[in-house]
Amino acid sequence: MVGIVLVSHSRKIVEGVFELVNQMTRGKVPIGIAGGTPDGRLGTDAAEIVEQVKKVDRGEGVVVLVDIGSAVMSAQTAVELLGEEYEGKVKIADAPLVEGAVAAAVEASIGSDFEKVLTVAEEAKKMNKL
Amino acid sequence: MVITKEDVLKVIDKIVEVIRENKEYLTELDSAIGDADHGINMDRGFEAVKQKLATIPENSDIGTILKTVGMTLVSTVGGASGPLYGTAFMRAGQAVQGKTELTEEDVVKIFEAALQGIKDRGKAQAGDKTMIDSIEPAYKALKESLENNIALPEALKRAVNAAKEGMEYTKNISARKGRASYLGERSIGHIDPGATSSYLMIKALADVINLL
Ligand SMILES: Nc1ncnc2c1ncn2[C@@H]1O[C@H](COP(=O)(O)OP(=O)(O)O)[C@@H](O)[C@H]1O
Ligand SMILES: [Mg+2]
Repeated sequence: MVGIVLVSHSRKIVEGVFELVNQMTRGKVPIGIAGGTPDGRLGTDAAEIVEQVKKVDRGEGVVVLVDIGSAVMSAQTAVELLGEEYEGKVKIADAPLVEGAVAAAVEASIGSDFEKVLTVAEEAKKMNKL
Repeated sequence: MVITKEDVLKVIDKIVEVIRENKEYLTELDSAIGDADHGINMDRGFEAVKQKLATIPENSDIGTILKTVGMTLVSTVGGASGPLYGTAFMRAGQAVQGKTELTEEDVVKIFEAALQGIKDRGKAQAGDKTMIDSIEPAYKALKESLENNIALPEALKRAVNAAKEGMEYTKNISARKGRASYLGERSIGHIDPGATSSYLMIKALADVINLL
């Protein structure tokens, strides 16, 4: 199954999104979260993102969802740090965090492959709300 | 002129000290156009660097030292400056991989790799009101001075002056990258915190080299 990692400046944001998404997929999808700094401030930690990617990797790829600011740059740094071994297997979705996470996780839960999960996550940004 | 590994460690110590001394000032600058954490972020990161460097093997080369600084920054700073400065130091480390001494050309390579790393990571250019507005002019001044056979200590002084001008220039422009870009035009009139921390780091480097 495709793994998912959620990244935000705020630990509470990723904990909340995790709760929401995990309930919808009934714990079937491996989901990691990275948010806040090791000393509990707002911020992101590229090393934590690396760890979480490794944790949820089941050999079928990992989609990373990010919110704003340093979340994007730290996720990119993490992809670089993961190196060749993960090349093409871990990608950052160009998608809103909450909507993208829900779409990606539901898609992963029905057994879709990496590219499909990524595409569905990115389509979430086009979803009309009204 | 040759810069030894000990000199590099002295420069890093000086940066730690200068960031600590300017912690409140950098945070104050960030409170005007950001989220009031730049000094806190940077101080947290460089304190962690200091602790981390105390534990690395005696025989580590300069490339390894710089990469260790970068790795520590990406995981402890927290804000945007973490992946940006972290990438800068990691790329600088790659540029002088395996070296235990640096020449003038190596110093230029370090600046070039660091600047490119920041651009690759943040996609900003000169004029966007970021750290690049200090670093790019400093890099250019350094390179040009050395090409004109000016000695490294003096070339670095010129780089500091260029960084300072670049930093001051950020006051007159509006932010196009980072958190301050949410303010757009309203960011005019304030110096960019990242341009200031970059200036301070370049000045720390020049000050240490000028005392050698
Ligand atoms: N995309 C970018 N490219 C280059 N520098 C940037 C970019 N985004 C932000 N910065 C720099 O980072 C500084 C802010 O750092 P910091 O306050 O530590 O992070 P955050 O904005 O996440 O709170 C800015 O003053 C600016 O110089
Ligand atoms: Mg800030």
